[in-house]
Amino acid sequence: MTNAVLPTVSPPADVDRPKPKRRTKVKPKRQNLAGWLFVGPVILGVLFFQLAPVAASLVVSLTNWSGLNKPTFLGLDNYKELFTADDTFWPSLKNTVIFTLAVVVLTIGIGLALAVLCNQKVKGIGIFRTLYYSPAVTNVVAIGFVWFWLYDPDNGLFNSTLKTIGIHGPAWLSDAKTALIAVIIVAIWQGVGYPMVILLAGLQSIDQSLLEAATVDGASAWRRFWSVVVPLLTPSLFFLTITQFITSFQVFGIIYVMTSGGPNNATSVFIFHIYEAAFGHGRLGYASAMGWVLFVIVGVVTAVQWRLEKRWVHYDN
Amino acid sequence: MTTEAIRVYNRPPRHIPRRVVIFAVLIVLAAVFAMPLLWMVSASLKPENEVLKSPPTFIPSTAQWANYSQAGHGLLPFFLNSCKLAALNVGFLLVFASMAGYGFARLNFAFKNLAFALLLSTAMIPSMVYLVPQYMLFREMGWIDTHYPLWVPNVLTPVFGTFLLRQAFRGVPIELEEAAKLDGASIFGTFWRIMLPQVKPALAAVGALTFMGSWNDLFGPLIFLNSTRLQTMPIALALFKGEFFTQTNLMMAAATLTILPPLLLFLVAQKYFVQGITMSGLKG
Repeated sequence: MTNAVLPTVSPPADVDRPKPKRRTKVKPKRQNLAGWLFVGPVILGVLFFQLAPVAASLVVSLTNWSGLNKPTFLGLDNYKELFTADDTFWPSLKNTVIFTLAVVVLTIGIGLALAVLCNQKVKGIGIFRTLYYSPAVTNVVAIGFVWFWLYDPDNGLFNSTLKTIGIHGPAWLSDAKTALIAVIIVAIWQGVGYPMVILLAGLQSIDQSLLEAATVDGASAWRRFWSVVVPLLTPSLFFLTITQFITSFQVFGIIYVMTSGGPNNATSVFIFHIYEAAFGHGRLGYASAMGWVLFVIVGVVTAVQWRLEKRWVHYDN
Repeated sequence: MTTEAIRVYNRPPRHIPRRVVIFAVLIVLAAVFAMPLLWMVSASLKPENEVLKSPPTFIPSTAQWANYSQAGHGLLPFFLNSCKLAALNVGFLLVFASMAGYGFARLNFAFKNLAFALLLSTAMIPSMVYLVPQYMLFREMGWIDTHYPLWVPNVLTPVFGTFLLRQAFRGVPIELEEAAKLDGASIFGTFWRIMLPQVKPALAAVGALTFMGSWNDLFGPLIFLNSTRLQTMPIALALFKGEFFTQTNLMMAAATLTILPPLLLFLVAQKYFVQGITMSGLKG
């Protein structure tokens, strides 16, 4: 479980492409053996450590297993309880949705602005790129503490600074009204580097002659940006909406470190709720049910994004 | 680009030179992004009574380097655990991912497409879904409270690394491989001696990103380890908060030390990071 970079979700587009015919003396059987020796460890690893547990978790989600008792089959009771009797589920889902929307939209939006800025040919631009990306390599515990302290209602940098100009700052993390916003700010600060790098690469791959043609046609810089640059970036933007959605929806570390879901569940997110059910209350069956609900939500939203792809993503450059 | 086009394209907005505007924006943003980290370093060097002073000061009156030796002394065993796990993760992941990447890029075998699709599809599964059975599996295997769950599953499921290395292997001229075959090299020999050296940049990119993931992992150590002596740096930092440090300056020194290794690696190997991240955005 890493928070560095999500693997690609692009489909194996070229898998079906006919392979160039190769004249080789190696017999098919030996080739099969060699091929499987090379990919075997990883395929077995995925089956053993991921796919089998995914299937097992569906079974566990239908039981009251605690890891110690003899599990009883409950049918869909865990799911029923989750949707109807759990007072943390809906608030945590709501928080997760707010967090995800804010982080997806703002990291991609700010990332795009930063990418455009970092694509300018000025001296020392590499230093600025490095600076903007550097929060992305820090770990959440360390930066969680730093921000926790910056947000301190009395002695934190923000409120001390506000006090010098006569403003009484909010309580940030300890106020249910501002806690989620405060966490979102940290997530954006840390999360903007990845979209920036992806979009910068997208910008640098744009054929300059297209921009020149638009300029000759009299398009303003603003017009060039929206009518030429942005359409050409839509494949990268599409990729980012998918990956950023999947990562943000599974936010955990920053919540765990900064608020533990509080105050009063104001920042309780879905994964945090699962974590507590599984490792706080030992309800493995219930936690598995929540895991599957998460899986279905992520799967459906991603499928919808793929369906909408045609409407706004241009691949014809 | 014609001269006319250059002139129009570079026309400064009104009277402020374009470069000045860009620089001003770049610097303001740099200050915003760097502020929390600079503030952390500043606090880590302050004497205790200065940290919470109001109004806050940025430059410590006297730099307290002793804060670092004090924080570093406590963190040392956890630093070593983090280094050990990072080395195991990077080393073994590169072996398995490059083998699989080469297999998918250059070898033909039955069910290859199916296997590759299977591998990529797992990238979409939230790890929370299989967490509980995984935990029980590790318990059965006696792996709870050992370092195994923090590297063995990672190195055997390198979806992103396999994908990236497959792309890299596909870019190596086929003639190189055929020449090696003509010379009588075995498939493994070709892979190890001829092909692997050709994809060093991709190996560096995957290695760098794997290091980050391993070093910054919070969830794994949190769930699979109980003993304090086995913990990694980020978790140790969280433990310190409650047990050892009530002093913000020492906490900040510890936080700085925890962030330092990945930050230094990023500064040194920036090129490979950007390459790796960029390739993650490529369409397969």
